[in-house]
Amino acid sequence: MLPDRLKEFPAATALEARNPAALINGKFDRGGLTLEIDPAGIVEVCRCLKEEQQFVRLSGITAVDWHPAEPRFEVVYHLHCVERNERLRLKCRLGEPPEIESVTGVWRSANWYEREVYDLFGITFRNHPDLRRILMPEDWTGHPLRKDYPVHGHRYDYQETEDQT
Amino acid sequence: MSDPDVQIEPTVGEPEAAGPRQMVLNMGPQHPSTHGVLRLILELDGETIVRASPEIGFLHTGIEKEFEQKTWQQGVPLTDRVDYLAPLSNNLCYCLAVEKLLGLEIPPMAQWMRVMLAELTRLNSHLVWLGSHALDIGAMSVFLYCFREREDILRIFEMFSGQRMMTSYFRVGGLALEPPRGWRHAVRRFIDAFPSRVDEYEDLLTKNPIWLRRTKGIARVPLEDLLDLGATGPLLRAAGLKWDVRKAQPYSGYDKFDFEVPTRTESDVYARYQVRIEEMRQSARIVRQALEGMPSGPYAADAPKVVLPGREKMKTQIEALIHHFKIVTEGFRVPAGEVYQVIESPRGELGYYVVSDGSAKPYRVHMRTPSFGNLQCAPKMIEGGLIADVVAALGSLDFVLGDVDR
Repeated sequence: MLPDRLKEFPAATALEARNPAALINGKFDRGGLTLEIDPAGIVEVCRCLKEEQQFVRLSGITAVDWHPAEPRFEVVYHLHCVERNERLRLKCRLGEPPEIESVTGVWRSANWYEREVYDLFGITFRNHPDLRRILMPEDWTGHPLRKDYPVHGHRYDYQETEDQT
Repeated sequence: MSDPDVQIEPTVGEPEAAGPRQMVLNMGPQHPSTHGVLRLILELDGETIVRASPEIGFLHTGIEKEFEQKTWQQGVPLTDRVDYLAPLSNNLCYCLAVEKLLGLEIPPMAQWMRVMLAELTRLNSHLVWLGSHALDIGAMSVFLYCFREREDILRIFEMFSGQRMMTSYFRVGGLALEPPRGWRHAVRRFIDAFPSRVDEYEDLLTKNPIWLRRTKGIARVPLEDLLDLGATGPLLRAAGLKWDVRKAQPYSGYDKFDFEVPTRTESDVYARYQVRIEEMRQSARIVRQALEGMPSGPYAADAPKVVLPGREKMKTQIEALIHHFKIVTEGFRVPAGEVYQVIESPRGELGYYVVSDGSAKPYRVHMRTPSFGNLQCAPKMIEGGLIADVVAALGSLDFVLGDVDR
């Protein structure tokens, strides 16, 4: 459902007319429009926005870990329409285990963006052509940007040394 | 001692399955033309590149994770280290994002100073790009010329912030320090000389037959592919798209400056060279306008809970002392929310996605760095081309590996 005050945004209304079930919520804050999308419909929504609303650029994909809240992860897509000079943010909430369909079929640039999110958050993108780590070493365990991953890593267990002294 | 019956396997085999002309070549991670640590795995057929796959991550330092441990103001020095050729652009983008969350109004003098220094940063970055790009292709003297001017810019940065590269001169709320005595003279002397220096570079390259043959028609990619692959900045402008964030979504008062957005349509290495050369001239124009029209007034916002009070005030007023203590010990709180701030860095669209949960530390900071998106186009640019052109194509991308890996 689209809140009434977002009716003036053509991208939001077009999306609602096309696929009302996929659009969960939306808000306009500090000059930025955010739409919350049902994870199951993300590819359709993106394709519709690219082909019908001229969002030709995917500026980036990232994620936020709201640990310990449930559903825990939020995948964030930043879209950009060059023609109308318009930006749009899409969000999907994912529970455990975090999985979502890849949008590489819509924008090729999603390839590396999704690999980065997979690497640092452990979110799996289904049907991604080449889903492997991109920034961390291939044999790394864990996903560093998760909130339950200690900032000093798992290699140094400071707790143990404290107990010994 | 050799047994004639034992067949010794040749060390250099005849790769029958792959064909005699095929080979895999590792370029990097320590190759001078990769400008950092980038590994390119090239599959060759003779001298033609069949497939190229970049391997990145060698410079990953977990800056995004580190942000979550620092207070908002402490995040500024981290942004310097992302793109070490454009530290002030990164400072600016982060500060603008946090200021948007805070709803802070920045005084005009600080805004103009930010614009001026951001444009000097662009010149700095483009000079390093031009020098090393030309050096890669074989023109050594351009490198020396470019670094001569870059040195002047770094001296100006040092004058302002005490640092040549890791400046951290912009802070949430304005500038870190009052502009130093004599800054006008230093900037004026530089900007008076600079346009003729650009002519010198052009004399060396623009009509140089060797340069033309190494760059014209090389690494050509259509605009649709560039947009789809995540390229931004000069790459798109060299392909004919007149899009610059400074014009499209003006920030920090860019709408008050008069400058052109140069474009070309050929989308090859030479077109990218022309676009960046013209951008240098335009940046010099902006610096001059900022210098001549610099407003007077305070260098930081009047926000006692965010900006540290002056020394004098702190020693004489109890409120100022309390605010100073609060800011230093626990930092300031930022209202919950999220902002995606985009600016035009020398390399293209730089975006900071900043999420606050209302506390004194960022909940999440994501950097959409231009080099990351641009480098994703590298395979498209070099596949099908000759191995000798790889270096020219990579140079025209103008990536910084610190910016790619963060």
